[in-house]
Amino acid sequence: MTLKDGRQGMTLKVKSIGDSELKQRLMTMGLIPGTKVTVLRSAPFGDPIAIGIRSYHLAMRRDDAEMVEVEQVG
Amino acid sequence: MAIALTGNPNTGKSTIFNELTGARQKIGNWPGVTVDKKIGYVRYKDRAISVVDLPGTYSINARSPEEKIVIDFLMENKLDLVMNVIDSSNLERNLFLTVQLLEKGIPLLIDLNMQDDAERRGIKIDLKKMEEALGMPVISTVGRSSKSREQILDVFTSTVMANYEPSRMVKDHILRVQEIKASGKSAEAIDEELITARYELIDQVMAQAVNVQAVSPSNSEKIDRFMANGVQSFLIFLLLLYAVFQITFTWIGQPLADILDELINDSLIPWAGETLAAMGVAEWMQSLVVDGVIAGVGAVLTFVPLIFVLFFCLSFLDGTGYMARVAFILDPIMRRLGLTGKGVMPLIMGFGCAVPAIMGARALDSEKDRMTSILVTPFLTCGAKLPIMALFAAMFFPDNAANVVMLMYVLGVVMAIVAAKLLGSTIFKEQGSTFLLELPPYRFPDMKSVMLETWDKGKGYLLKAGTIIFACSVLIWFLSNFNMDGMCEMNESFLAALGSAVSVLFAFHGFDTWEAGAAVLSGVLAKEVVVSTIGVLYGVADVSTEAEEAAEAAKVMMESGMATAFTSLSAFAFMVFSQLYTPCVTALGTIKKEAGGWKWMGFSALYMFAIAWIVSLLVYQIGRLLGF
Repeated sequence: MTLKDGRQGMTLKVKSIGDSELKQRLMTMGLIPGTKVTVLRSAPFGDPIAIGIRSYHLAMRRDDAEMVEVEQVG
Repeated sequence: MAIALTGNPNTGKSTIFNELTGARQKIGNWPGVTVDKKIGYVRYKDRAISVVDLPGTYSINARSPEEKIVIDFLMENKLDLVMNVIDSSNLERNLFLTVQLLEKGIPLLIDLNMQDDAERRGIKIDLKKMEEALGMPVISTVGRSSKSREQILDVFTSTVMANYEPSRMVKDHILRVQEIKASGKSAEAIDEELITARYELIDQVMAQAVNVQAVSPSNSEKIDRFMANGVQSFLIFLLLLYAVFQITFTWIGQPLADILDELINDSLIPWAGETLAAMGVAEWMQSLVVDGVIAGVGAVLTFVPLIFVLFFCLSFLDGTGYMARVAFILDPIMRRLGLTGKGVMPLIMGFGCAVPAIMGARALDSEKDRMTSILVTPFLTCGAKLPIMALFAAMFFPDNAANVVMLMYVLGVVMAIVAAKLLGSTIFKEQGSTFLLELPPYRFPDMKSVMLETWDKGKGYLLKAGTIIFACSVLIWFLSNFNMDGMCEMNESFLAALGSAVSVLFAFHGFDTWEAGAAVLSGVLAKEVVVSTIGVLYGVADVSTEAEEAAEAAKVMMESGMATAFTSLSAFAFMVFSQLYTPCVTALGTIKKEAGGWKWMGFSALYMFAIAWIVSLLVYQIGRLLGF
């Protein structure tokens, strides 16, 4: 699954990040393979989504979240 | 001695900088880029310390202008110490920058700021162990307290740095970094391995020095489930926006503007007139000072309270962390309109003054979003266009004045959207838009920083009153009182000649008088001047530039020649044109600086003129067909 498919409250573990313009920025922000993220919420129209990662909150668009492969761990 | 502050955005770094240096700051620009450069000076224990506040960045990969500034500055200058300000409640991501700085061998003082926040969130940091793990001195502060200030300054002036050297862990990491860099892989692969290695080091440091007892969900998340979730989030946004505009235009800003206006018109102008007359100053000089300079500059000064109150409200909301939520909830709508969620704040600023709004577009991620935002912002009804609308509405639509003004606001917003759409599907078609945004925890903002930010955004407007408006007032006074033969009646002046040349453009718009032409021309210098030019031209000395008194001014104006020069329809067409045409020179100058060149400035001036010309022509001609 990808980060885009995460439902509110799920804990996910990052498996890989697809090549995109954002890849290095996402990694710099702490989203690297092995990192656990929680899905917090999506904005009223379902996009963007907010995730909890390394003790802070990050908002990203669904299109970008689709680039992040994850597996559910909780 | 020379010190620099570095850190991520939202760490309270600027608050600490303001606390350390107080008002003794110099704000300039980094060479070649539009990023603020802040330097402050402190005297402490007989030592002169200069402190540079480097832009907030998440890393120093030199990918953005800010990052490039930080790394270049740190590498090129011999600094005595670099203080790395860290948000304690967000350690892991903040330490990424720290690790990068350590790799460069930069002497670091690590300041764990907002310790109180961290503790509330169940994060316990052992300072001693943190020092051991990194091999650099670590202090903790709670943001704005004089104790923090002295504590920091004590370290600055002591020799404590000599006792530290990078820890075993950090040294190992640096060796590993060198290995990765020498591995001969592709640049991208190397960068990614480096990032991973840094976070591995961070995980080790965290394991050694930090004890996290998750208190979940955080307070900010609880607030967000209400403020940034579901349909009510839009209602809350609209309510807050309404409150901001009420505070600005009704409750606080306008009353202050009224007081200032009264002071200028009822006290300063009569006093200046009498004083000059008593001194026996030549009549033309009296006219220049009173009718030209004081009236012109005064008209602009009366907007200062409005602009400052609006920017104060926005800076305050930004300081609480709420503006990030606005970007979050509005992004899908803004994206459909060809903009981005982060563009909401600069756009709202555009209702005050386009200049800081254009500068505010710096915060946007992609080139496409930034350029679009810069090019469409001037369509909005800035504080200086409001009096044009208020005066014409009161004169020609006395029964519906408020609605007609509202209509002009809506027209500005609609045109901005249409233009954003057009630009997005033509010039910037190939470029992508990205959106990655930290949602910082909600906080009560530090008022000192809010004030400084307000000043920073609004000072350009004050400056404009002192420089360009001053010059324009003198220029317009001269043009309207002189021709080749010396002083003359206004309808024979230079301005009349220029105005009638310009008015040819409006032959089919219903307002092809030289007076309207002159007003349009002066509006390019500054929109505030349109109303005063019209006032001067129709021989009404004191046309109030305020919305509140527009009705009163309208009565006076109706008795002048203006009532016959415009029909309701041509007045409406003139309003439409004024709302949409070429930005004032100050805004154009800002566009040149921010968009990077004369080309974009010229483009902005011409495409807005063209759109305004076409739309107002359509309004007039269709209106005529419909029998208005």
